[in-house]
Amino acid sequence: MIAIAQQLVLGVLLGALYGLAAAGLSLVFGVLRVLNVAHGELIMLGGYGAFWLFELGGLDPFLGLAAVIPLAGALGAGLYLGLFRAIVRFDEETRVRTSLLVGFGLALTLHALAVRLFTADERAITTSYASRPLVIGGLVVPLGRFLSLLVAVGLVALLHAFLQRNRWGQAIRAAAEDWEAALLVGIDVRRAYLLAFGLGTALAGAAGTLVAAGYSISPAVGLEWTLKALIVIVLAGLGSAFGTLLGGLVLGCAEALSAASLGGAYREVVGLLLFFCVLVARPQGLFGRA
Amino acid sequence: MSPRPLRAGVSPRPRRGVGGAAPTLLALVLVGLGPLVIARQDRLNLGVVFFLAVALAQSWNVMGGLTGQVNLGHAAFFGLGALVTRQLWGGGAPIAPAALAGSAVAAAAGLVIGVAAFRLRGAYFAIGTLAVGEGLRIVIGNLFPEVSTLPAPAIVGYRLTHRYAAAAVLALLATTVVAALEGSRLGLAMAAIREDEAAAEASGVSAFRTKLAAVAISTALAGLAGALFAFYQISYYPQHPFSPTWTFDAVLITFIGGVGTVQGPVLGAALLVLLRDYLTVQWVDVHLLVFGVLFVAIVLLLPGGLVEAAARARALRGRLRGAPAAPGIPRP
Repeated sequence: MIAIAQQLVLGVLLGALYGLAAAGLSLVFGVLRVLNVAHGELIMLGGYGAFWLFELGGLDPFLGLAAVIPLAGALGAGLYLGLFRAIVRFDEETRVRTSLLVGFGLALTLHALAVRLFTADERAITTSYASRPLVIGGLVVPLGRFLSLLVAVGLVALLHAFLQRNRWGQAIRAAAEDWEAALLVGIDVRRAYLLAFGLGTALAGAAGTLVAAGYSISPAVGLEWTLKALIVIVLAGLGSAFGTLLGGLVLGCAEALSAASLGGAYREVVGLLLFFCVLVARPQGLFGRA
Repeated sequence: MSPRPLRAGVSPRPRRGVGGAAPTLLALVLVGLGPLVIARQDRLNLGVVFFLAVALAQSWNVMGGLTGQVNLGHAAFFGLGALVTRQLWGGGAPIAPAALAGSAVAAAAGLVIGVAAFRLRGAYFAIGTLAVGEGLRIVIGNLFPEVSTLPAPAIVGYRLTHRYAAAAVLALLATTVVAALEGSRLGLAMAAIREDEAAAEASGVSAFRTKLAAVAISTALAGLAGALFAFYQISYYPQHPFSPTWTFDAVLITFIGGVGTVQGPVLGAALLVLLRDYLTVQWVDVHLLVFGVLFVAIVLLLPGGLVEAAARARALRGRLRGAPAAPGIPRP
């Protein structure tokens, strides 16, 4: 019993990162209808950013967030202006399909670039405190991962507040709802799109930092994180930052339970199976607005 | 922001008479006769890799190109073909029936997954199949963790020329299938679904049946390509042919060459295999960088790939000479 509870605790800690990883992808997909399958590679790059800041500059990963988030946002803005701006001109169906292909090419490129620059080695940020355990009622909670959970929840709350209260957040939501109507009432939809894509990438950078701090990264983790984010989006639907976080926690717990019952080797398969079943059962339902 | 008239995005427009299939098939036959004049093992190995890439890319092209269904789990069928072939062949069966069994299992799996996945349209189909492929890869890795090596007698009797011939025949077969489909009734139904599924259904094309036919042909060919892999490789991990890189190679090759065309995958495979061979000597994995960038550029700027680039160059040359443009040049 305690073993299962322990697995669940670890599942929740990891699930919060799934939620944060998916929040960025969900924002971009929900607003621009652009499915950026290179999202996992952006997470991977964020992780490397934090890793090198720590390794070369001695910067703590949680302080490093202050540097990684704006850098990732700038990278996202560059990617939007250079690549994805050309796609949002298409109608919705073509948009999704073309963005999938562009994202796919981008993912391959970023992966190859990371192998060139950073080698294929697995890396992790090892702070002095990260593995220090907090023991709560007999359950072990690694301190670093607990901090990551707090940061992930905090960032999702910030995103939610921004989208609800800020003028630009409201502009983003209006552009997501109906870009033509938004344009008619004087909203700068181009800028809302740019902002949403930059924010999505910034969130990927933050997620990557937390992954590097609590787990590990390598150039190859991109695809895995893209799949996790897609699974969470399918489970949680679009349009609610907290819903996405909840979807991440559900996936984390489902994986933990399957690992506890079937053995660790099949934990990934459960998520993928869940994903495929939900997708097939509700082809438009959970994903689209149709 | 204003919705410009569609530049067809990535969906290829029908291309009539651009070269035709005969020169492509002839080129494959000529390369297939290579061992008559080439003795160097590394060249012959490169040839096998080229033919394998052609076969796999053409198999993907049936679904992704002709029918417009981007299947990102294609490696699963390549892997199933390799797995079944290797198990039967390693168990003492002759290679040809083993390969056919591998192909049949791949096609059966394709139909089962297809029935479920064809409820999904466009990008959702792509990510759904990606998830299935990854799931299967992990399961196979768990079930078959040991490296698979040919038994000693088979290694002693290993002749590279046999593999080369088998690979050439398979590449020819796959390319002929795509060429035969292109003008056929089934091929036209596939094209109709690719261009506009609702309109195709409205004109009496059964989207579901056509897609099932497409997935059966595509995965049967992928299974044969997997069988060739199992026949060719002396030693590999059973999980390896399930790796998404096989899917990605097929997608890159098809799009860079010209998606939905007969000659595109052959051109793309030649480019990818030769450039990879050349670049790997200097820098490991740099070819993926080159091809990733090229792929993005082609999707955004030249949806018809190298085939369209060649057609445009021909048209330009014709215009410069003052001759009327050749017929069948795709309008930009």
